[in-house]
Amino acid sequence: MDTELDVSFTVNGETLTRRIAVRQNLVDFLREELGLTGTHVGCEHGACGACTVRIDGEIVRGCLLLAVQADGRRVETIEGVSQSGEIADLQDAFHKRNALQCGFCTPAMLLTAQDLMQKNPNASREEIREHLSGNYCRCTGYQAIIDAVQSTLAARSPRGVSQS
Amino acid sequence: MKAPPFAYVRARELPAVFALLDRHGDTARILAGGQSLMPMLNMRVTQPGVTIDITRLPGLAGIELKNGNIHIGALATHAAIGASPVIRQHLPLLADAAAHIAHPAIRNRGTFGGSLALADPAAEWPACCVALDAQLVLASSAGTRRIAARDFFQGLYTTALQSHEVLSEVVIPVPAAGTRHAFIELARRRGDYAIVGVAALARSQQGKLCQLRLAYLGAGETPVLAEKTSQAFDLIDTFEKALTQAQSTLASELAPAADLYHSAATKLHLARVITARALKQLVQLAQPAA
Ligand SMILES: Cc1cc2nc3c(=O)[nH]c(=O)nc-3n(C[C@H](O)[C@H](O)[C@H](O)COP(=O)(O)OP(=O)(O)OC[C@H]3O[C@@H](n4cnc5c(N)ncnc54)[C@H](O)[C@@H]3O)c2cc1C
Ligand code: FES
Ligand code: FES
Repeated sequence: MDTELDVSFTVNGETLTRRIAVRQNLVDFLREELGLTGTHVGCEHGACGACTVRIDGEIVRGCLLLAVQADGRRVETIEGVSQSGEIADLQDAFHKRNALQCGFCTPAMLLTAQDLMQKNPNASREEIREHLSGNYCRCTGYQAIIDAVQSTLAARSPRGVSQS
Repeated sequence: MKAPPFAYVRARELPAVFALLDRHGDTARILAGGQSLMPMLNMRVTQPGVTIDITRLPGLAGIELKNGNIHIGALATHAAIGASPVIRQHLPLLADAAAHIAHPAIRNRGTFGGSLALADPAAEWPACCVALDAQLVLASSAGTRRIAARDFFQGLYTTALQSHEVLSEVVIPVPAAGTRHAFIELARRRGDYAIVGVAALARSQQGKLCQLRLAYLGAGETPVLAEKTSQAFDLIDTFEKALTQAQSTLASELAPAADLYHSAATKLHLARVITARALKQLVQLAQPAA
């Protein structure tokens, strides 16, 4: 039984070993201990989606996971996914279509949209909405975000045709 | 807010979990997917002495067909159930219901066992388990016992699970060939907890429905199996008459509580609406559910 634990995991490809207070959630650890502030904190109870990160390739709520639970896992944040160029086209589409205003929701929107595009390259507009339903945006009214995801999907498709 | 301090143990095997539960009783909390417990910790509505992380216990996340039953491990995630070919083939009701639970990132971590143990009255899995006549396996240092889903849910967030027990798996009989299903739910937004919903099963013989089972969520303190309503839906007459009978019987079986947005009367009305949609789907009077 511990209130602190030694754990080791990778963040954006770099292995780190730390002693972490067990009550600290993953998003607080990323922001406060590692300075990775691209992952945002909104509600801290799972409602807004701003804290989305990837664990072993799957999107999760960073506020609903203890940092020590990442032990042995592969954590990816918006910083890593951004720097690798994996979502450069999607970021460009967000920019072009005004799919962000204050930007608070954007990192999580990008990760969630990328998750959908990898799993369902033919996603319809309805499916895009559904997949992004757990991510709040208080600025854009969502239409431009859906547009950006849809146009990126169309551009990524080998036929280059919109599937809606 | 931030979670209060607590001790944490990552369990490696079930007997270790039993030992901790026996020692700490009510002050111990099992941590499964954390998609309900973590919000409670962050809001400090719960302050466990020790949190027992069971997410790395081996062998508790399986989804398997054995001797005519589907065994679902307590740690199977909502996402895994939604994507499972075994579930799609044998328990399509669960496959349909999975899509209504929260959002993709939450479905990736939230577990079948966690949802049942929490027993939120508006949750999908408890109502499905009641409709499907599931057996829940509760394990402890004293051995295991089985309990029917109907008897497991006892009240608002209250179940038959005792503080020294772990819900280890759920055993669901594969419905007889020809069984039809419908899962209909109304929510304010995609992924929100249901305002009201229904898990429906029936067999169709010569155009008649038999063995109808209607289990409602969001319509009382526990999932409600509406037996009288099921019986009242008798297709000897026209569909419309049978439906009206069933809908009027519903009021005697459901006792929905008002929430922030809906009065009890509204919820009962909505329960009647989704009952009609479910029954139409079951008798295949193909009607779009919009
Ligand atoms: C924004 C949001 C929206 C949501 N929407 C929905 C929804 O629409 N429908 C829905 O059904 N759920 C919804 N949920 C809840 C989600 O489905 C949870 O995953 C589920 O309620 C609990 O499962 P868990 O594995 O996360 O359990 P945890 O949060 O880890 O645990 C929940 C409780 O069950 C106990 N417990 C867990 N596993 C066991 C076990 N094997 N044996 C004994 N006790 C156990 C824990 O001690 C705790 O008290 C939502 C959650 C969020 C954050
Ligand atoms: S901060 Fe995690 S969902 Fe809002
Ligand atoms: S751009 Fe401001 S919250 Fe989405």
